[in-house]
Amino acid sequence: MTRKQRRLTMIGGSLAVLAVAAALVLNAMRDSIVFFSTPSMAAEKQIPAGKRFRLGGLVQPGSLVRGDNLAVNFSVADGSAVLPVAYKGILPDLFREGQGVVAEGAIDASGVFRADTVLAKHDETYMPKDVADALKKQGHWKDDYGAKPSASAAPTQGAPK
Amino acid sequence: MIAEAGHYALVLALALSLIQSTVPVAGARWGDVALMNVARSTALAQLLFVAVSFTALVMLHVSSDFSVANVFENSHSTKPLLYKITGVWGNHEGSMLLWVAILALFGGLVAAFGNNLPLSLRAHVLAVQGWIAAAFYLFILMTSNPFLRIATPPIEGRDLNPVLQDIGLAVHPPMLYLGYVGFSISFSFAVAALMEGRIDAAWARWVRPWTLVAWIFLTLGIAMGSYWAYYELGWGGWWFWDPVENASLMPWLAGTALLHSAVVMEKRNALKVWTILLSILTFSLSLLGTFLVRSGVLTSVHAFATDPTRGVFILLILCFFIGGSLTLYAWRASTLKQGGLFAPISREGALVLNNLFLTTACATVFVGTLYPLALEVLTGDKISVGAPFFNLTFGPLFVPLMMAMSFGPLLAWKRGDLLGAAQRLTAAGIAALVAIAVAYAWTYGGSTFAPLAIGLAIFVIAGAMTDLAERTALFRAPFATAMQRARGLPRATWGTAFAHAGVGVALIGIVCETTWNSEYIGTLKPNEVARVAGYELKLDGVTQRQGPNYREMIAQFTVRLDGEKLSVMTPSKRNFITRGSSTTEAALLTRGASQLYISLGESTNEGAVAVRIYHKPLVLLIWWGPVLMAFGGLLSLSDRRLRVGAPKPAKASRALQAAE
Repeated sequence: MTRKQRRLTMIGGSLAVLAVAAALVLNAMRDSIVFFSTPSMAAEKQIPAGKRFRLGGLVQPGSLVRGDNLAVNFSVADGSAVLPVAYKGILPDLFREGQGVVAEGAIDASGVFRADTVLAKHDETYMPKDVADALKKQGHWKDDYGAKPSASAAPTQGAPK
Repeated sequence: MIAEAGHYALVLALALSLIQSTVPVAGARWGDVALMNVARSTALAQLLFVAVSFTALVMLHVSSDFSVANVFENSHSTKPLLYKITGVWGNHEGSMLLWVAILALFGGLVAAFGNNLPLSLRAHVLAVQGWIAAAFYLFILMTSNPFLRIATPPIEGRDLNPVLQDIGLAVHPPMLYLGYVGFSISFSFAVAALMEGRIDAAWARWVRPWTLVAWIFLTLGIAMGSYWAYYELGWGGWWFWDPVENASLMPWLAGTALLHSAVVMEKRNALKVWTILLSILTFSLSLLGTFLVRSGVLTSVHAFATDPTRGVFILLILCFFIGGSLTLYAWRASTLKQGGLFAPISREGALVLNNLFLTTACATVFVGTLYPLALEVLTGDKISVGAPFFNLTFGPLFVPLMMAMSFGPLLAWKRGDLLGAAQRLTAAGIAALVAIAVAYAWTYGGSTFAPLAIGLAIFVIAGAMTDLAERTALFRAPFATAMQRARGLPRATWGTAFAHAGVGVALIGIVCETTWNSEYIGTLKPNEVARVAGYELKLDGVTQRQGPNYREMIAQFTVRLDGEKLSVMTPSKRNFITRGSSTTEAALLTRGASQLYISLGESTNEGAVAVRIYHKPLVLLIWWGPVLMAFGGLLSLSDRRLRVGAPKPAKASRALQAAE
């Protein structure tokens, strides 16, 4: 093999691997990406039943109902819309009524959000960043949510099914 | 007084780093030996002052001096001593100080042990270290000073985040930083080589041990972090493809590629330009990791409260160093002479393939981590890219890499014999096929994918052993000769075998844990029994206990297997009064490499507790694998060739080594 042929083999091989990687990435992008919505964004966009997304908002105070065998129902609100959520499993340590929450799952035929993962993903002010940004945008942000200046780590806690 | 002393020491360290970053370069330009030697003394003095500064912060935390804001926000007088010390880097300011302290440590090591480096190279390397150090000192002093006082000191502190009050915090961040920051050395060497426009095989021999040290620590740091998340977060996951985890995985992938390309450069004087580029990219990814974690653009376990000025400052540092070094690379790389021809099928070719797959895998992680950020900036849409994305992209790229891994060490330099290598791997191939058949038969009707993956892992492990067997002529020569040859083998060869086998071991753990993990989630009342994977776990009762700075609810389980009592497990839930938050302390029962895992949820009114019980088969292999890899790295590091200044191994030195 000449020097040129060797170089061409290398470049050809590299390009082939890169092409495969690009194809894998594009394919995965199409199927495995999950969008974030608040209840009012979900209503506005009319997300079809069965489509997975991340729902973020505040746990409506007084809406938490515990059923049998770890079944939990609560509502997520963002000031203008409310979406009922059903979940089965153990809620994360940081889950509180009136505090921020992010749940992943899909809306079922009866309009209930069936969550398979509930994340309490926030710092000690109990406000997930995504939720805080969305609430600010909608003008429902109250300063007292973020009143305490903090320099602490924010635990990510999840409770997948 | 201590706070002011620490602050002042930090300012002095900044001043020293500024001298270190300018004077030696001028010295190298004018050929002035005295000026070049300034690099050495300033690097050592800088290390001294950072050490003083860091010690001061530790003392403030230990003595609970709440007049210092950093101590007030992250400490509490009742906190156990260990967490008072580890709490120093359990917050943004303190962890940045640890970062620069480790940077200064590496600079100091080069200064102290780099006596056999060419003078101008050492001056340039230390100068580049000085630039990085100066940028981060400025960052700390301007945006995140850990020594700020509070005008009216409070009586009690606000305590450290309970999740961080764990032995893991003592080990994970320092290890990870030793890895991250350790790559700054290969970066400095690369930039110095570009500035000097000269690079040779000796350069690679100097760079390799430093890269290896950083890589060993990063490997252990990532593994440690993963195990910490596994037992602390309470739901048994060990890798979440969280952006912060990815931030540490990317330098690891690039660093692994760098280790391999540096071998080619040292042995064959080829791939020079690529090795330089990889050195730059690896440290750039470390800086990117620091940016992602410290700027608060991400929210995760590690996200510290956001302050936009910090993010912008780190972004500037990032742009300056990455942009600057890449520009220098584009400008100067052509001056480096290419050398060392090789055929596509050869040891070099295999290492190029390794680099290709590692960097491509790294690129997919990069895309998956940064795409959501880019999309949010561009369109405002918020998305999350989770495990499915990475499993679909990262997974397929690792399969060919692992297949090739057994072949590489069996190929000769320059021109290899693929057929011959394949013949020598016949035994490994058969072992892999047997493993697939056994795993398939055992779990008949289950996943078909898992047995194949286990076969691949066995192939990698058996391939690594084949390499050793071939080199020692085991089974071909008398046993005593083989043993003698085994002692005579370069330690680097042993290191390669261990590290490669470690990858296979980790893969077995990953596959077994994800495929055959069984779980029980439900509520249990006292004396009720849960059954998981043949084990019977009876809840004996729930008790309360008062810890130093928390209240604890402890549940006691008796574990039985086939009616025989094995052990007692006591998972608990801790309530931290000061922060009003709680943590879950999982209980682990190790059986061989498998584990039983219990974590508690909330308790209900009728005295029942919500529990999660997992049986995780062979889960420990996930971390034994990286430990093996790190051990392989350590063996390689002890290789006589890498002890800088040692003569190139000749036949004669083999005998010497055997006598050691």
